[in-house]
Amino acid sequence: MTGGVPSYSYLSSSVRLYEVGFSNIVDFFYRLAEAADRLREEGDWFLYGPEKLPERITIPERGTLRVKYGFPVFQKGGVCMDVTNTEQASIAEDAGAASVMVLDKLPYDVRVQGGVARMADVKVIQAVMDTVTIPVMAKVRIGHYYEALILQTIGVDMIDESEVLTPVDEKHHINKWLFRIPFVNGARSLGEALRRITEGAAMIRTKGEAGTGNVAEAVRHMKAIMQEIWSLRSMTPEERVRKAREYGVPYQLVELTARLGRLPVVNFAAGGIATPADAALMMWLGADGVFVGSGIFKSKDPAERARAIVLATSMWDDPETVAEAQAMISEQKSMMGIDIKRLKPEELLQVRGE
Amino acid sequence: MRVGILALQGGVYEHAYMLKQVVDKRETSIDVVFVKRPSQLRGLDAIIIPGGESTTIGVVAEHTGLLGELREAIEDGLPVMGVCAGAILLAKSVRDRRVGETKQPLLGLMNIEVVRNYYGRQRESFEIDVEIPAVGKGPFRAVFIRAPAITKTWGEAEPLARLDEAIIMARQGNMLATTFHPELTSDTRIHEYFLYEVARK
Repeated sequence: MTGGVPSYSYLSSSVRLYEVGFSNIVDFFYRLAEAADRLREEGDWFLYGPEKLPERITIPERGTLRVKYGFPVFQKGGVCMDVTNTEQASIAEDAGAASVMVLDKLPYDVRVQGGVARMADVKVIQAVMDTVTIPVMAKVRIGHYYEALILQTIGVDMIDESEVLTPVDEKHHINKWLFRIPFVNGARSLGEALRRITEGAAMIRTKGEAGTGNVAEAVRHMKAIMQEIWSLRSMTPEERVRKAREYGVPYQLVELTARLGRLPVVNFAAGGIATPADAALMMWLGADGVFVGSGIFKSKDPAERARAIVLATSMWDDPETVAEAQAMISEQKSMMGIDIKRLKPEELLQVRGE
Repeated sequence: MRVGILALQGGVYEHAYMLKQVVDKRETSIDVVFVKRPSQLRGLDAIIIPGGESTTIGVVAEHTGLLGELREAIEDGLPVMGVCAGAILLAKSVRDRRVGETKQPLLGLMNIEVVRNYYGRQRESFEIDVEIPAVGKGPFRAVFIRAPAITKTWGEAEPLARLDEAIIMARQGNMLATTFHPELTSDTRIHEYFLYEVARK
């Protein structure tokens, strides 16, 4: 790697290198689901686990695990930007965003306006899909199978089952194995991340505290997840079995995570990122990429800021470029932000859906 | 051998893993360099441009001056493999299936015409076993993620593999382009073809 930035930890310097290859990780999830496959042959379909793949593929197979886990791989090192219309989507694309996330209201406005937050207008999502060449994501409420089905039907590239919207099911998340397009889910601890992966999430992001312009919670969540993974590595197998029970996930998934020294799927940072320095900080802590919500289009310099955050995310380990990126924006124009300590417990979004 | 991987955005580390597999298989040694700045191009024997978003990679590489220096290095003979977004960056002609003309920064070196998002969106992403005579007998599992297609080659560029009407792999001297992702499989044959057939001194 390039010099100039000391590692956060000797463990984080190798967090992006894989000790187990992508193909083996895909095979692992197919193997884990073999028992489910047996039952599925008998016609039971609402099961957790990927559908089995034929040995030889002669006609194109869509929606396979390799394709679903593969999609977020090509988002790594990039920025996904929240947008509410086609103009914002075009600004994001020109700035070098790796994808856009279409919302009805930016998280900051969700906070300010209150009420029930639902998925964005189908027409707006479709208009954005017709405008930009980069992938288009959209959010659904936690547990809302039909919002997800609608997004799959209109052809959104990835679904964010998001705590920013009002959950329709406080106890259960969507069984994401039933869908052909990949899902991203929020997490603030390793157990939460592994539970979402067990439900079929192809990508994880930290929850942070969306719409605050305060990156503190994202930092807390990223450090918590990393530290829990590193402590797994030093545990005995019997302790890891206990951990798996505590997390409520298959023991094998805990073993794989320990062996990898990172989550087995792509892991982004989200929630409160507002400046190039925030984005670079999250990359340094081990994020594979970042989501920026209100930070860009709630600022007074969205085009410059979008370009600057793209540069800082990609070149996070090059201090000169990060400084240059930070100089492209003005703190006078940053979103004002909200102090998390001033939020009432019921105003926190991160506690939705454990 | 010193092999660079353009590390601005996308599936960078998956290629590093594949190179490690090649090292184990061939009992050789490869120094992997993650290339972000122009100075890191010095002393490379080959470079891989990975998949990702071609607009993002182009925008960042142009800003840091890497795009121009990489173009010169490839013109001077540096062997290059462009995968998916990498193939788009190498192409002289690029358009999007739905949006049409794109005004993105490119290397623009290979005599190929590329159509972005040729098969559609992520919903239409797929995998299939294909035959690629250049890398030997036996099916290769080709993974297409929002993949482009090469719709035309001219001059010294020659198609190496096809899937229906679309060209999925092409070569022009020191340049190799694939529209699918060999790094998402455990099959190292395309990486070996690049290192030992295209980049061979």
